[in-house]
Amino acid sequence: MRIPLSWLREYAPVPEDATAEDVLATLVRVGLEEEGVHRPTDSLSGPIVVGQVLTMEPETHSNGKTVNWCSVRVVPEGQEQTLTGPGIDPSGVQGIICGAHNFSVGDKVVVTLPGAVLPGDFRISARKTYGHTSAGMIASVRELGIGEDHDGILVLSRLGLDPEIGSDAMALLGLYDSAAEVNVTPDRGYAFSLRGIAREYCHAVRAPFTDPVAELAPTVPAATGDGFPVRIDDAAPIRGRAGSNRFAVRVVEGVDPSRPTPPWLASRLRLAGIRSVSLPVDISNYVMLEYGQPIHTYDADTLRGGITVRRANAGETLTTLDGRDRTLDAEDLVIADESGAVGLAGVMGGAATEVGESTTRILVEAARFDEVSIARTARRHKLPSEASKRYERGVDPQLAPVAAQRVVDLLVALAGGTDTGRVTDVDHTDRPAAIDLPAGYPTARVGVDYSPEAVERALTAIGAEVSETVDGWTVVPPSWRPDLLDKEDLVEEIARLDGYDRIPDRLPVAPPGRGFTRSQTARRRVADTLASAGLTEVLSYPFVSQADNDLWGSADGSHVPSVKLANPISEAQPMLRVSILPGLLEVLRRNHSRGFRDLVLYEIGHVFLAEGYTADTRPIPPLGVRPTAPELERLDAAVPRQPRKLAAVLTGRDAAAGPWVAPREHDWQDALDVAVLAASSVGVELTVVQGRHGAFHPGRTAEVRTPDGTAIGVAGELHPKLVAAQGLPERTCAVEIDLSALLDHEPAAVTAQPISGYPPATQDVALVVDRDVPAARLLDTVRRGAGELLEAAEVFDVYTGTGIPEGKKSVAVALRFRAEDRTLTADEASQARQNAVAAAHREHGAEIRS
Amino acid sequence: MSETTPSAAVDPADEAAVSAAVDAALSAVQAATDLAELKTVRLAHTGEKSPLALANRAIGGLDKTAKATAGKLVGQARGRVNKAVAARTTELEEERDARILVEEAVDVTAATRRRRLGGRHPLNTLMDRIGDIFVGMGWEVAEGPELEHEWFNFDSLNFKPDHPARQLQDTFFVDPPSSHLVLRTHTSPVQMRSLLERELPVYVVCPGKTYRTDELDATHTPVFHQVEGIAVDEGLSMADLKGTLTHFARTMFGPEAAIRLRPNYFPFTEPSAELDVWHPTAKGGPRWIEWGGCGMMHPNVLRAAGIDPERYSGFAFGMGIERTLMFRNNVPDMRDMIEGDVRFSEHFGMEI
Repeated sequence: MRIPLSWLREYAPVPEDATAEDVLATLVRVGLEEEGVHRPTDSLSGPIVVGQVLTMEPETHSNGKTVNWCSVRVVPEGQEQTLTGPGIDPSGVQGIICGAHNFSVGDKVVVTLPGAVLPGDFRISARKTYGHTSAGMIASVRELGIGEDHDGILVLSRLGLDPEIGSDAMALLGLYDSAAEVNVTPDRGYAFSLRGIAREYCHAVRAPFTDPVAELAPTVPAATGDGFPVRIDDAAPIRGRAGSNRFAVRVVEGVDPSRPTPPWLASRLRLAGIRSVSLPVDISNYVMLEYGQPIHTYDADTLRGGITVRRANAGETLTTLDGRDRTLDAEDLVIADESGAVGLAGVMGGAATEVGESTTRILVEAARFDEVSIARTARRHKLPSEASKRYERGVDPQLAPVAAQRVVDLLVALAGGTDTGRVTDVDHTDRPAAIDLPAGYPTARVGVDYSPEAVERALTAIGAEVSETVDGWTVVPPSWRPDLLDKEDLVEEIARLDGYDRIPDRLPVAPPGRGFTRSQTARRRVADTLASAGLTEVLSYPFVSQADNDLWGSADGSHVPSVKLANPISEAQPMLRVSILPGLLEVLRRNHSRGFRDLVLYEIGHVFLAEGYTADTRPIPPLGVRPTAPELERLDAAVPRQPRKLAAVLTGRDAAAGPWVAPREHDWQDALDVAVLAASSVGVELTVVQGRHGAFHPGRTAEVRTPDGTAIGVAGELHPKLVAAQGLPERTCAVEIDLSALLDHEPAAVTAQPISGYPPATQDVALVVDRDVPAARLLDTVRRGAGELLEAAEVFDVYTGTGIPEGKKSVAVALRFRAEDRTLTADEASQARQNAVAAAHREHGAEIRS
Repeated sequence: MSETTPSAAVDPADEAAVSAAVDAALSAVQAATDLAELKTVRLAHTGEKSPLALANRAIGGLDKTAKATAGKLVGQARGRVNKAVAARTTELEEERDARILVEEAVDVTAATRRRRLGGRHPLNTLMDRIGDIFVGMGWEVAEGPELEHEWFNFDSLNFKPDHPARQLQDTFFVDPPSSHLVLRTHTSPVQMRSLLERELPVYVVCPGKTYRTDELDATHTPVFHQVEGIAVDEGLSMADLKGTLTHFARTMFGPEAAIRLRPNYFPFTEPSAELDVWHPTAKGGPRWIEWGGCGMMHPNVLRAAGIDPERYSGFAFGMGIERTLMFRNNVPDMRDMIEGDVRFSEHFGMEI
């Protein structure tokens, strides 16, 4: 909402020297949000004066263009030019070349003199052109930044003006005025008006407010028998509320369609952000801005019979003011005459009944329409308008007849119209429901000790009727505050008017808490562990394509059920991710293209699984009531599963080369290590088996499993073809695990193991097995076979080649034995080793390498 | 070397000859410049074939009286030589050790990194820090799904169907919209989940990811983070809200930080307030900065959780993590937090 300061001053005590910024600072205190400042003089400065054309000589030049060489008087005859400066003629008459022809000798025009600056940093100076020195410009509205019309010169008589020569044209055109723009919160529809803003301003400066509507109301005549016939006939109210509960109509005749909009009115509309159209339309908009009541005007001669407010018939059509043919929905509320729909109620009028250039009889409509009905229609037809914006937020139901009177008064005063005296006022409104406000409630809720006087003062100031009861007050909110429904709404008004700055600080003491959950601390530990290990945490968007989900979400690229957004940012990525990797690889590419070659990135985040989920399209539970247990279960069941995943991608080397550092290229094992390290940090030992995944190198893919054998992720080198196709650095490696599943295996408590102080006995053994026997399984057998004396067994070499038969491999294992209660003899260790070898032979056909 | 090599046996009774042999040995020992040379000298002057060793052996052939004198003479002579060898050995060993240490010296300033610290994303570190602050106050940290049912995101929080406030939050809807699923537009649905799941009183914060259909620019991103806090207890007022926020602000921005509330509107709070923080160390000087929204929980929100608003009251607050990071840590462009450039996270490391 833009607030022209000159207008606000009519209703509120705004100091003469207050700037738009000052006004904003004041309004912010009572809850309006600062949006900006609009000040014509920020881009426009004088001298810009009224001039009178004394002579004009058309000259046709070699380029075929005819221009007028004019002399323009800019100082009253007989007076001296008091302005000085380059290009200012001391005689008070300026020579000016003008390319336009829509004016004549004797016309009073706006002259921008040398030294003036016009919007767009257009600096006026005397200059040689067409063989003359042109010292200034005869301005059009467009050049002055006050309109779009650039066809010609602004001739002041056509605005009904006859100002003194030499007077300040900027003042005449309202260009010294400025506007403060505020954001109005959705609960304060009334603040979409000067009336509402002025009230708020008075609250902020604690000044009494005189409501212009209350002042005008007593002059409004009651409905007359010959009022224009209006019928409200809503056969299908939305949620039990009729589409309209107030409808005032007045008829004005004898309107002079040639009357211009006076500059003061046009200037205020312009500052408020509304284009000047024609005097009747401008008056409608003016009253809407002033009071907050949307007004529609009809050419009364185009209406057939009386008006009916009803729901549209399905398939009914209407050509709206913007010239578009619209097919209406049965839920749309329309204004209809005998010919059918003539307007979309509260949203946009119809073209057929529009006030036009020849209209002399005007029907003025000031109505109140239901918030929800208007909101839905405006959205359905994508027609947000100044009117619908106000209706959606709620218009004062008692305002319509007064606003209609204001329109009539202005049509009479400015457009030469005559009030026919025919008054219609269909009134189905209710008085706002009274609210009980217990005496101690405002203080209990806010923590400020409000006196009864302070409570009454605040509520009276906002326009409520307050009456004392035994234990508090009964409060009837004003008609323009449909948001005041309950006692807490009143508390906000009291706190707001008294000032939020009066609220003290008091730190409540929470009961003893349980701290972070185990899962929360475990997740943080995983993230910190990886960062400590040199990985860099990044964030990526979860928006992906179906192809991304198929590639990364399944082992073989088959279709993965995915959650699709109805309104994605990019049509190419409408799905929610089932894997973090596509986003993470995008981040890897971005870093790589910025010159970073050695990268280890990770992300922990939710993925969205549509598998096993079916949309629940049943109506949702109402607000303000706790759903039943089955309803809550249904709500939970309607939300797809969203486990957390951990993913990392690796490329380049593990360190920068240095005098004593030999870097190593990251490989599949580093990717696997990320998973193992993360799991170790939460006390889970992962097992690894050879894996298969379409996006990964078929021979360098590990599947990682929790101790109970559940597969929770994949790690390895990406498939070389994929790396090439996706423009990734060669040999990029990746890992992704289901972190939620991993954390399910976090031990409840770690059981300590005895620490033996006796020396170890170490032995190595090299076992030759078939090449396809996984080392991990062999090691597992060795461990079991060696028995309880075995403390540790690790593979330290895998060898194929000379000395090893074709199709076989040698797996060298370091064994460390130790007993809890004695020093082992060499024989004991050898026996245990022998047992391990025997088991390996039995299960895998292993032979000791000779 | 020739002078260090004794050529002849020495008569053990000849005091001058023994003395000369000792002198020759001592000067040879002193002349040895490294341990190898000293070894040669030692063998020549103390070895079995050395003049003094031979003299010692010759003592046996002397008569009784001469034997004692010669024994004492030669014994002392050998003792002096051995002592000199030992002393010189120590000297030369120390020289050698010192030389090796010098040779092994490196330029430690040329060291590069073998173990590199990576980095947490500062948005996550900041959320962790916020969790720490509130857990320290006895609050708990609650979580909820990012893909959320409309009832939790809107209706339960008193957003009436068709109310303009519902349109203000540019919501991502799941296809088809009739499935009532949205990417949560704020962390507030976690409020409702917490109230439904927990026993009263409830004091929780809910940090997490949120979504709105904004295009990415310097101050907007479709995926962002918020932290939400709610307290529901008997007798809570806006003063408790303000005290909590002041405490929170001071732990985040220093002891000089302060809180200012301005009236505003949210469907789920009444009274509602916009929350400014006085940032004492803001770049460009101390100033008020818009930090978030807050208010007393609307009775309809409590009712949606089955809580009697006549007995209990609650307050709620919420702020953007990106915004907090922007002015707390002077990040001028939100895109830096989103794009994943490693320089951004690594600069923060594990700190915030």
